[in-house]
Amino acid sequence: MSDEKKPDKQGLSRRGFLKASGISLSVPLVLNYRMVKAAGAEVKVLGPGKAPIQLTINSKPFTAEVEPRVTLLEALRNDLDLTGAKRVCDRATCGACTVIMDGKPVYSCSVLAIEAQGKKITTVEGLMQGERLHPVQQAFVDNDAQQCGYCTPGFVVACKAFLDKNPNPTPEEVKRGLGGNLCRCGTYVGVRAAVLQASRGRKGGQRG
Amino acid sequence: MAEYKWPDADKRTLIGKRISRTDGPHKVSGHARYNSDLNRPGMLHGRLLCSPHAHAKITSIDTSAAEAMPGVKAVYIIPDPDREIKWAGEEIVAVAAVDEPTARDAIRAIKVVYEVLPHSVLDTDPKAVGSLARPAQAQKVGDPDKGFAEAEVTAEGLYGMPVITHCCLEPHGSVIEWEDDKNLLVHLSTQAVSSIAAAMAPVLEIPAANIRVKQDHIGGGFGSKFGPDRWDFAAAQLSKKAGGKPVKIFLDRDSELMVAGARPSAYAKVKVGAKKDGTITAWQSESWASGGQGGGGSPPMPYIFNIPNQSKQHTAIQTNIGPQRAWRAPNHPQACLITMSALEDLAAAIGMDPLEFFLKNIELTGPRAEIYREEFQIAADLIGWKKNWHQRGDKTAGPIKRGLGLSLHTWGGGGHPSDCDITIQPDGSVELKMGTQDLGTGTRTTVEIVAADTFGLPMGVVKVLIGDNRFPTSGGSGGSTTIAGVSGATRRAALDALDQIFAKAAPALGAKPEDLEAVAGTILVKSNPAKRLTWKQACSKIGQVPITVRGKNPGPGKLGDSGVGGVQMADVSVDIETGVVRVNKIVAVQDCGLVIDIKTAESQVYGALIMGVCSALYEEKIMDAKTGKMLNPNMEFYKLAGIGDIGDLVVHMMTGKGYDERGVIGLGEPPAVSPYAALSNAVANAIGVRVPTLPLTPDRVLAALAKKGGSNARI
Repeated sequence: MSDEKKPDKQGLSRRGFLKASGISLSVPLVLNYRMVKAAGAEVKVLGPGKAPIQLTINSKPFTAEVEPRVTLLEALRNDLDLTGAKRVCDRATCGACTVIMDGKPVYSCSVLAIEAQGKKITTVEGLMQGERLHPVQQAFVDNDAQQCGYCTPGFVVACKAFLDKNPNPTPEEVKRGLGGNLCRCGTYVGVRAAVLQASRGRKGGQRG
Repeated sequence: MAEYKWPDADKRTLIGKRISRTDGPHKVSGHARYNSDLNRPGMLHGRLLCSPHAHAKITSIDTSAAEAMPGVKAVYIIPDPDREIKWAGEEIVAVAAVDEPTARDAIRAIKVVYEVLPHSVLDTDPKAVGSLARPAQAQKVGDPDKGFAEAEVTAEGLYGMPVITHCCLEPHGSVIEWEDDKNLLVHLSTQAVSSIAAAMAPVLEIPAANIRVKQDHIGGGFGSKFGPDRWDFAAAQLSKKAGGKPVKIFLDRDSELMVAGARPSAYAKVKVGAKKDGTITAWQSESWASGGQGGGGSPPMPYIFNIPNQSKQHTAIQTNIGPQRAWRAPNHPQACLITMSALEDLAAAIGMDPLEFFLKNIELTGPRAEIYREEFQIAADLIGWKKNWHQRGDKTAGPIKRGLGLSLHTWGGGGHPSDCDITIQPDGSVELKMGTQDLGTGTRTTVEIVAADTFGLPMGVVKVLIGDNRFPTSGGSGGSTTIAGVSGATRRAALDALDQIFAKAAPALGAKPEDLEAVAGTILVKSNPAKRLTWKQACSKIGQVPITVRGKNPGPGKLGDSGVGGVQMADVSVDIETGVVRVNKIVAVQDCGLVIDIKTAESQVYGALIMGVCSALYEEKIMDAKTGKMLNPNMEFYKLAGIGDIGDLVVHMMTGKGYDERGVIGLGEPPAVSPYAALSNAVANAIGVRVPTLPLTPDRVLAALAKKGGSNARI
């Protein structure tokens, strides 16, 4: 709130910024970002209104035009038609939207699409190797770690990321490590078995 | 003529085996398209304006600012003749815009003026809600006074569970578009693909035949997704206003929890009496329940045990919460929790092992008594009942107390009406069409198993097409009626189709059609198996025009049945310093007739147990008396169990001789009934006192411990 009280001559106060953007709503945005001084530093501010973004998903470049408030999940689902990640809780509780960003599993409902630029993103659609299921995916099928399947893509991605970090988990580690994904049909018994099978598969020399 | 029966055990190649669900690869790869995943060409995004008040009159609605916003394509005021809001979250206006952010902005630009009216959202005390409590006629069985006079021991208590919400991971909703001014295409998340058109047609004033309904996958229903909802009709109206463009409305999570799911609560003050030897003599209950405006139904109590003398009084309580919807085994979990808790308390009062006590009275359960007895023995072995059970209250030192609990349940089932078309092409390819849906129960897989087993083919040959109301009609998936319905229709269609193949192939084999059988991809002569045609060769005898056969359920032959039972036992640990309950193990023993696919059948039982842990330990639709709002319409505070919360689960299916002969019986409801009672009883056994109401949260456990030795008659 402090920026409202003390307009910064070099940048824009929030109020002034909102005024400017109010005008820009009626005309197409020529510039898609502005420089604003915040906390003593010049920062790039996008929007409101749509801004072009570039994302690297499953090793492929994607472009879209989204408002800065659009989440990575919404961009994936609504703009890029990558609908494997699901919108369920929409606030980082259930894990149905899990994707891997720069090697770490993240809840894509809680990452802005504009923040995901320049990161390496892997979604569930990127796990198959050609026509072949990823060993984690195959293990989900073999152990019936799914019923309605709506939590499944997020679970699969979370399991893949978990095994990348911990290739030889104990059953106790599985329970702790996958606590960030919720299922309503009740498929956890299958998921536990699937993770252990995928882990054994790796030991057998299969690709991770 | 085919004989309509299931193959004998030694002839089954796929039925009853452990087969992976056929749409599994599709789901794990993210390629399965749920209707909420659709991005139709030109699709608009719809959002809803919902009431913040639990009870109010709408004075005015001003949508002009929303309508003037760039990108807003249609605004629709949802019709409500008396303009009265009856629960918080009730939908008032729907908007369709070019994208979601614009639609959300438009919703915020709408001005609604309310006249706020008094509301009531609490259901824990019927005496506190005046005329909103509607008592039903008291019921009497036998002579309750005499029954209690005969009793040497009585137990009294309060038991119950709150309203919980379905929390389907795929929210309720649809993508709806007008293909032209007379034809509607509906992609709806539904448990009843074949029934939606008839439900939408009168409201939209077009013939039901002009409404196409499609759904490949559904992200959970559990009883809450049978009909089209108000927002689906709104999507259709928005689409019409927007020139027919597809409009997508799927509820936000808060709406999903507030308005799209509610299992009625049930509470009861119960008194039960028995002789010292355990013979139950009398039951008395005063129960109440709520599930919104209609109150809550009367749970069938006493559950399963047909106690000779009973006196019962039920009261429905009207509340301003989102309307109740069916939940796996409507009214049974409530009745089961109340009954089995009261009976376990009675056993404890006598000082009797509840397993011995239940077996002592097992004849009161009726015709399934011997099956329950057998199931109890198996469950007791699997959980180590003899070794691990102790008298009420774990006397070992330290704050962690361990206990065992048990329960039993029943459900009807029976097969719903279902039609199945099987087409066999001259090249041997097979297509199966049915207007059913796969809720994740494995319907798609099981019908393929039935058809392929009948034809002697492996999995992967029969192409299964479901989820379209242009396919032969099939009932809604509810009440555990689907598997018997679809498997019966499929088996009959497949047997009839096979008869036609036999007739066409017989001359080439120099045999009569009735001497042929389908085995391992061939049609062969039973008496001389060397005389055979491959499936393809046999089908080539069809000629140019493929064979299409329709099978129906109900139909000839006994392929399905109704009525199953099951027992469950739970092992828990309770920390009496923190009140935290941990599940160590749950054992489920379940009969369901002939199992088509043991793998997906077991998954259903595991799922029922896990769902049971969720609502026994965590779930509650917490309503705020003052504001009338749900306080936890999100998944942080509307808690579900995670992968580490469920303990070890053991499922034992009763199959084989004595069970298979009954034919196919559904499994969705029965195992979902008992977990609450088994867990509540285990907690009572561990800590030595009953925690009266679910969920068994630390605060409730600690409150019960604080009152130890006193009455538990307080929520």
